[in-house]
Amino acid sequence: MQEQDVRMHVNGKQVSGKVETRTHLGDFLRQAAGLTGTHLGCEHGVCGACTVIVDGDAVRSCLMLAVQADNCEVITIEGIAQEDGSLHPLQEAFRNNHALQCGFCTAGMITSLYAFLTENPERNEEEIREAISGNICRCTGYQGIVLAAKEAASKMAKDRN
Amino acid sequence: MKASAFSYHKPISLEDALSLLESEEEVKILAGGQSLMPMLNMRFVQPEAVIDVNEIEELATISFNGNVEIGALTRQKTLGTHSIIKQHLPIMQEALKWVGHFQTQSRGTIGGSLCHLDPASELPMIALLYDAELEVASKSATRIIPMKEWALAYMMPSIAPEELLTKILIKPWSVPYGYGFQEFARRHGDFAIAAVGCLLKLQDGVISDIAISIGGVEDVPRRFIECEDVLRGSKYDIEEVKKQIIGPLDQINYIDDSLVTGSYRQKLLKGLLVRSIEQAASRANSL
Amino acid sequence: MGVRQIGARVHRVEDDNLIRGEGKYLDDIQLPNMGYAAFLRSSMAHAKISITDTEAARTLDGVQAVFTYDTLPSSLVSKTQLETYPAPIIKQSMCPELLANDEVAHVGQAIAMVIANTRHVAEDACELIQVDYTPLTPVVDVIKAAKSDSQLTHSSLKDNIAASIETKFGDVETAFEECEDSIELSFKQHRGGCHSMECRGVLGDWQQQLGELTLYSSTQCPYLVRRMVSRQLGCPESSIRVIAPDVGGGFGPKAGYYPEEALIAIASKELRKPVKWTEDRREHFISTNQQRDQIWKLEVAFKKNGEITALKGHVTLDSGAFLNYGLLLSATTLMPLPGPYKIKNLHVTLDAVYTNTVSTSPVRGAGRPNAAYAMDRVIDAVARHLSIDPAEMRQINLVKNEDFPYQPGSKHRNGSMMTYDSGDYTGMLAMVKEMADYDGFRQEQQEARARGKYLGIGLACFIEDTGMGPYEGVNVRVDVTGNIIASTGATSQGQGHATVIAQVIAENLDIDISKIRVEAGDTGKFPHGIGAIGSRTGVNVGISANDAAIQVKNKALKLASILLEKPEDELELSDGAVRARSDSNQFITLADLALQLSPAVAGKLPEGFETAGLEAVSYQTTDYMPHSSGANIAKVEVDVVTGGIKILDYYVVHDCGRILNPMIVDGQIIGGVVHGIGNAMFEQMVYDDSGNPMTTNYGDYLLPLASEMPEIHVAHIETPSPANPMGLKGAGEGGTIPAIGAMINAIEDALTPFDAYIAKYPVTPEYILELVDGEKMAAE
Repeated sequence: MQEQDVRMHVNGKQVSGKVETRTHLGDFLRQAAGLTGTHLGCEHGVCGACTVIVDGDAVRSCLMLAVQADNCEVITIEGIAQEDGSLHPLQEAFRNNHALQCGFCTAGMITSLYAFLTENPERNEEEIREAISGNICRCTGYQGIVLAAKEAASKMAKDRN
Repeated sequence: MKASAFSYHKPISLEDALSLLESEEEVKILAGGQSLMPMLNMRFVQPEAVIDVNEIEELATISFNGNVEIGALTRQKTLGTHSIIKQHLPIMQEALKWVGHFQTQSRGTIGGSLCHLDPASELPMIALLYDAELEVASKSATRIIPMKEWALAYMMPSIAPEELLTKILIKPWSVPYGYGFQEFARRHGDFAIAAVGCLLKLQDGVISDIAISIGGVEDVPRRFIECEDVLRGSKYDIEEVKKQIIGPLDQINYIDDSLVTGSYRQKLLKGLLVRSIEQAASRANSL
Repeated sequence: MGVRQIGARVHRVEDDNLIRGEGKYLDDIQLPNMGYAAFLRSSMAHAKISITDTEAARTLDGVQAVFTYDTLPSSLVSKTQLETYPAPIIKQSMCPELLANDEVAHVGQAIAMVIANTRHVAEDACELIQVDYTPLTPVVDVIKAAKSDSQLTHSSLKDNIAASIETKFGDVETAFEECEDSIELSFKQHRGGCHSMECRGVLGDWQQQLGELTLYSSTQCPYLVRRMVSRQLGCPESSIRVIAPDVGGGFGPKAGYYPEEALIAIASKELRKPVKWTEDRREHFISTNQQRDQIWKLEVAFKKNGEITALKGHVTLDSGAFLNYGLLLSATTLMPLPGPYKIKNLHVTLDAVYTNTVSTSPVRGAGRPNAAYAMDRVIDAVARHLSIDPAEMRQINLVKNEDFPYQPGSKHRNGSMMTYDSGDYTGMLAMVKEMADYDGFRQEQQEARARGKYLGIGLACFIEDTGMGPYEGVNVRVDVTGNIIASTGATSQGQGHATVIAQVIAENLDIDISKIRVEAGDTGKFPHGIGAIGSRTGVNVGISANDAAIQVKNKALKLASILLEKPEDELELSDGAVRARSDSNQFITLADLALQLSPAVAGKLPEGFETAGLEAVSYQTTDYMPHSSGANIAKVEVDVVTGGIKILDYYVVHDCGRILNPMIVDGQIIGGVVHGIGNAMFEQMVYDDSGNPMTTNYGDYLLPLASEMPEIHVAHIETPSPANPMGLKGAGEGGTIPAIGAMINAIEDALTPFDAYIAKYPVTPEYILELVDGEKMAAE
């Protein structure tokens, strides 16, 4: 029982395969599903780079086994843009506000904010800063990310109303 | 940093889970995974088998029947927003603001926090404040453990390898009372260097009842009975409180490690204790 | 002319892939039949070792190979890592064996390498390798290590001193004899790591039939890696192609050459298959270079009016276990002294000392943040001694505008006199004071103290030598589709170089930025390069791109002049074509011009053109180093009950000469400031007395998070550098360099009522309460 079949919906597409049970979800997405946009920054649940959305919740994909995501709906950074390729307001705002430099933490930042702002886009700066305090960025000093989140939040609020 | 190999079981009923606990050796129970998974990835633990309890729906309920009954699998995220918790245990929601990050709260469970029993963990502190009762099941029996008997030693709860924590029973305080929760960590979401929870009743300016729990300062979170005893029955005056707590603060066996000394923890705890009592008293007065 | 590009807030061309999750970092590269590497690393800081069994590992299902020192191929030029930057002044050079032979010198040193079908199995196998450790005395404390009777960090050393250097000018002894007053101060500066969010990684792909190696590395310096691996393996450089794919941050430690780069090349070559190693975070903590442990003891001589006349002292620099990056840290620590302040007599000595800890090499700013910190602590200490306001103290001592070009007296690494080319140091000080409402805050501070609130404000002024040569070349080529291909040796780890290069070319050729493709970080695409270190890329690559683009433009005009039969001065280049000024219908496109210069078989090059291709290459460099500068202010509030520090605001005035892209420059500065705040308040690499690292995860080692960071207000002045034709100065590290000093000065200022002197950083809440309680701790 050290290997099991898993099957999940990732970005709307079915992904399945046999995995070692010790494989965490991040490794599964990167290797079996070929979705390398999810990055592993620490593999102990602190840096937030590997954040993905599982059944609507932002989670650390290094802190969940792939077999635990069996039958789940998973959204990764590759699934944030529209199907026609047009960017999500968060992605637009990240570019507009220079919210990324090396881009390694970006996937986790965007997926975290996507879950956080989708739940409720009416957020102030302090709430946004707290929301991304579980995501480490070494390049930007966070300021561009906070500005991007605010810009996207107001767009998302408008789109919702 | 990849986990060593283990066999994996995902029971969907409590009964199945308990059978597996009975039959498997070297088992780790996987609930929210927010503490276990890093330890697996870093190979600090290398179990033979992992039993994943996340599919056992009967463990993920919250109800109120005079007691608040919280299933052990209830997520921290759920506790943070649930109306029963909001109404009867508001201090728990205040404490949850200090627990990790929203991405870890979406998985982390109350049962996991209680069983992992980090010295600085907030949810055990809340359970301590209310003298919660923990329901623990094995294939052969179910027993109730009072929270004050739960912690045996550093990160070691009073639970046998074949047992599973199933439920937390909390009797809320009757209104009116005030509550305070104070914590200090270097950064948002970090484990507390010290934390204090306080429930307090004032009657005609006198502290008629008080419960205090402390975390981060000793090997296990605990009730601060010595302090409660000196304060209970005395007139509330924060300047007096500052003097009254000195003796009890000296009786704590502060953790002294390579990152934080015991003497700092003592200074910090004193400050937080005063602030939490003040906060609780101010809420008690405003009712 | 079209839209101005240079100086505009142009969005980055890099971003589209990265925000979609379509970047390609080292670990994202999957090659068929690839093996995965893991390393067994020393669990002891100092020990004799003997590998007693590798058989269990070798025979584990899925394991392809196990390498130890003994089984490394004998064809290697050396089994010890070759020196990256040898220098005669290095007294005792220690580089690690690629895999430890019989002695280990820090926790984390590589002992064995396993290649397996998966990383999981490779790690399983590492656990099966048996190593006998015979402990030797670890040397962890650098001050003790520096003593002549210290235990040794390596059995082969005579003492623990790697090298001793100094900076000296003026007449320090006389200045001290004649001074009106003097003070002594000492402080400890602490190491931190780079903590790029992407760890290091190497992928080797040996092609046996070609005798060629493609080595992917998450490096800042692919050309250095090519050179070192080539020398280590004894293969010609031309047989090795090094590619730095998308790199997830560098910050200095990825600029070096590491044993793993040679080892993965060896494994791939020996196994004749691709082999990948991705450093994990724990490895990053114990095997990637760190920086900044330095202990300073200084004496300052000054006049009663605050004018500093002389500075002398000694620095003890912790090299860690090895000196695998030469003396760059030592040099960049002493060279920037005395910073933006006029001190005519100076003598500071430095010992670089081995300890049994992770090796050190430059991290964001190299030694410059240490030097800047020293100077700003000196200024504040003298200000306090004389009861002069720290801002006034700076005004008195800063280099004035009429002094430029200013030679402080120190020398560059190449022996030439250090020259501050241009700047407005006092103007920036006035500007940052204005931005931060310095005088108003002083008032507020007084009122807050009366209410038991402790506010503090801290200043720091700095200079940074940037744009170091020799060059960073750019080739600009128009292809037959009319697209522009710029290839360069410059390598990016997120700085946005491709955008800036494209901007410079777009402006010169008046073409849309989307038509420009930048190829970089690949030794197969461009022959020579240095790498992204020392805030040098923008300057070097900017002027090279500019020059190459101008050459291409001139070439296009010359050819169009022939083809359109018009004199060049009647032609203009716009929107992808050369046009007659008088008649815009008379034109020839760049694509057609490129085609003319790339004739088909039996064709010939146009008259007067000796080389094919509408292209030009340029290796421009600066005449001397342009000096960026800045003035910073931090505002903090200290909670004297918990020791917590809240950063209220942070202000930067920065001068990096002519700005190529203000959005990118601001990003560099803000990120750099936060890195400095991390050093000042959070980041602490703790070793116990046995040399065991105690902070090897992100719960214990604290990086700055969004929740604690202030708003950082950035303003610029632009004094163009006369050292290069575009007036550029570097901007990569100017955020970090002054930030530690500004923060510590602010915190100390908040604790003025407690008469606190901060003798070390990071300033922990515990240390704050010690200071509040008067338990002053002198640096050892």
